[in-house]
Amino acid sequence: MKALHKLIEERVKPNFTGDGKLKRFWVVFDALETFLFTPGHTTAKGVHVRDGIDLKRTMFLVIVAMVPALLFGTWNIGHQYYLSLGEVTTADPWSAMLLDKLIVGAIKVIPLIVVSYATGLGIEFVIAGMNGHAINEGFLVSGMLIPLIMPADVPLWMVAVATAFAVLIAKEVFGGTGMNILNVALTARAFLFFAYPKQMSGEIWIHDVMASKSGGLLADGYTGATALGHLANTVGQPVSGEVSNGVMAMFTDGGMFSFMNCFIGTIPGSVAETSALAALIGAAILIWTGIGSWRIISSFIVGGLVMGVIFNALALNAYMTIGPLHQIVMGGFMFGAVFMATDPVSAAQTNTGKWVYGFLGGFFSIMIRVFNPAYPEGVMMAILFMNVMAPTIDHYVIEANIRRREKRLTASVA
Amino acid sequence: MPASVKIRKGLDIRLKGHVQGASHVLPTADRFSIHPTDFHGLVPRMAAKAGTEVKAGEVIFTDKKHPEIKFVSGVAGTVQEPVRGAKRRIMRVDVIANGGDAVEHASLDPTVPDGDAVRAALLERGYWAMLRQRPFDVMPAPDSVPRDIFVSGFDSAPLAPTAAMVLEGRMDGFRAGLAFLNSLLSDGRKVQLGIQSGDDTFSKVTEADITSFSGPHPAGNVGVQIHEVRPVNKGEVVWTIGMQDVANIGDGLMSGRFVAKRTVALTGSRSQPALLQTTIGTPIAHIVKDRVLLEDTRVISGHVLTGTVRGEEGGLGFHDQQVTCIPEGHEPLFFLTKGWLGPGLDKFSASRAFPTWLMPRSKQYDLNTNNNGEERAFVVSGQYDAVFPFDIYPVQLIKSIMVGDIDRMEKLGIYEVAPEDFALCEYVCTSKIAVQDIVRKGIDQMIEEFA
Repeated sequence: MKALHKLIEERVKPNFTGDGKLKRFWVVFDALETFLFTPGHTTAKGVHVRDGIDLKRTMFLVIVAMVPALLFGTWNIGHQYYLSLGEVTTADPWSAMLLDKLIVGAIKVIPLIVVSYATGLGIEFVIAGMNGHAINEGFLVSGMLIPLIMPADVPLWMVAVATAFAVLIAKEVFGGTGMNILNVALTARAFLFFAYPKQMSGEIWIHDVMASKSGGLLADGYTGATALGHLANTVGQPVSGEVSNGVMAMFTDGGMFSFMNCFIGTIPGSVAETSALAALIGAAILIWTGIGSWRIISSFIVGGLVMGVIFNALALNAYMTIGPLHQIVMGGFMFGAVFMATDPVSAAQTNTGKWVYGFLGGFFSIMIRVFNPAYPEGVMMAILFMNVMAPTIDHYVIEANIRRREKRLTASVA
Repeated sequence: MPASVKIRKGLDIRLKGHVQGASHVLPTADRFSIHPTDFHGLVPRMAAKAGTEVKAGEVIFTDKKHPEIKFVSGVAGTVQEPVRGAKRRIMRVDVIANGGDAVEHASLDPTVPDGDAVRAALLERGYWAMLRQRPFDVMPAPDSVPRDIFVSGFDSAPLAPTAAMVLEGRMDGFRAGLAFLNSLLSDGRKVQLGIQSGDDTFSKVTEADITSFSGPHPAGNVGVQIHEVRPVNKGEVVWTIGMQDVANIGDGLMSGRFVAKRTVALTGSRSQPALLQTTIGTPIAHIVKDRVLLEDTRVISGHVLTGTVRGEEGGLGFHDQQVTCIPEGHEPLFFLTKGWLGPGLDKFSASRAFPTWLMPRSKQYDLNTNNNGEERAFVVSGQYDAVFPFDIYPVQLIKSIMVGDIDRMEKLGIYEVAPEDFALCEYVCTSKIAVQDIVRKGIDQMIEEFA
């Protein structure tokens, strides 16, 4: 590898430095070179040895943790597609047409990933070039998260616009990675939700479902709505009215949205959010490597369960009667708990603050989704809200620390 | 039974190159080198011109702000022209030994010490330089009245020698030193001594209040011990002093001669580890001679977390009891083999992103000076807290320093800390931030504010 490094240093690098032809693209070269080779920079002042960890490895491990959700999501897009055509049944999701499902999924997912990275990294390169900064690794994770929380059939230009908005407004205006207040990926999702509400509702969750519908190919009785979309219809209806009973039938054992189906994720939804199981495998990786905060993940889940139990006790409509465990395996709750709420930059920073932040995040997620059926994705709203509240939570934790110190002073003077 | 404290947060970096076995006497060097930069904030005023012959224990320079504080030569010899750095700042003063006499002062009796006499002797005879104070981790003013004096009876830093090694045969001097220091405290208070739990080196010591500490580094940092025993509040001053210097004061004030003995552990993977009895001011080159593979090696006076590089001519750091030799890390690291995506079996990491935590505790690592990444903004949270055993929020304090908010620094606890207390935060930092340097700047801002 020394030869390769020598080649880069002697042949490639001069083009990007000094009067080289490509000196405008220095940041691009720098990013790629430091990707290939951790520079031989040595410690200059302070400690003489440094921990092996750096931001590249940290971010890479987060992406590794997302792989189960990504793979499952890819399969599930195909699965839902063939389900909508009636070519497979919910009774036997696994054995039939595995390869076909993956191919359909890949056709949807790969362009989403490419568009997200191309847009986001393009903007990062330009801004880093303008400011003369090194390119930061932050977008490696955001760029993967954005496609994973998109509906399968979202137009690619919308993804590009949303990504550009998120990177510029949520991150770069605050000073780049590490400085943002809101989670970048969720900002992209929220942007689409509010800017294109019409396009983001309806049957966008299933590949080609509109075409199938107009072609008369759709399986009998198939609707592409998500679990939360169905449940939203029960709000304002009597608990055991006709509408509610019809919807709730889907959530019993054997129904389309049974606990098991929701847990494993063989239901419609954004690309990688449907499987609570895949998210939990990701959580295991993040907690095992110490990169994700176990405090946030666990308190987020507990917060959701507590709200679920409270709703069960109230039981004012059919939505509230869904069991707490069933609540938290639906929609983006688990994916949000594991990959969104744990973003260290936008989450609370203090350990005590993380407990509060996570708990309230989970609590509000379930509350928003049930109280306001217009926002089926309560998780997104709740996490963004908690992102805004996180500095306030930390403020009170730190003020308590300051008061402890002041108290000690008074005690020693007295 | 002394009170005992268990430190839970911290990290022991398991390096190769421990010192073992008995010490031996290093032949006397032909030169004494003192670096005024070892005393933070000191502006020296030369008292002996270049070419002057001085006796051992005679004044070479004084503190410009407090001329009562004297810095003396460890050997008899000829004072050299000071080595100067930028803005003609004095970086080092050398004395070439000529085997002459030592200055003789009156001897003091540790059984009936008189506080005023002890203070005057410490100032006049060159021992004041051994003292440091919290807040701010600087030399105390000559009229400073300490609330307490803290001595750490063990060094928990990587590859550090044990108390038994560095105090071998010096317990009488150590106890006398404690008795002298006790005379400077009011209300019949005694020096606070923090020992490693299970260590019986100090079993005979009755001249100090002892607290035993267990747990990983920085349990042996005096700052951590102060925080646990009696934290520093705004307006209070405590003194700290190294255990070998307590023995130097004891032996020195009893004998009337300047005693500046230093048992030094030569450590690190590039050295043949050895325990050497020498003196403060010994040139580093003399210590490492024939014992260190010098090519592509970083020779550090002190340990890997806070030590300094002194250059080829430099002398041992005034407060250091260790010299560490580790390989430099100039090689760029290919990402799949040695770099950020490699297996990382040879890297020591506090995070579980590397397999360190799966390895047996006995595995030792040959770390080099590579930064292992580039500097970034703060991204990861909770990392510093895990190695910082103070009831202080480290990241928030550092950020308050970065924005220069004096009021906030004070509220967040800057009076209690020294840069060395943040050394592990700097080590574990994913974003490779120069934490100790930032803390030092914050402390300097505080000093300026109070000046």
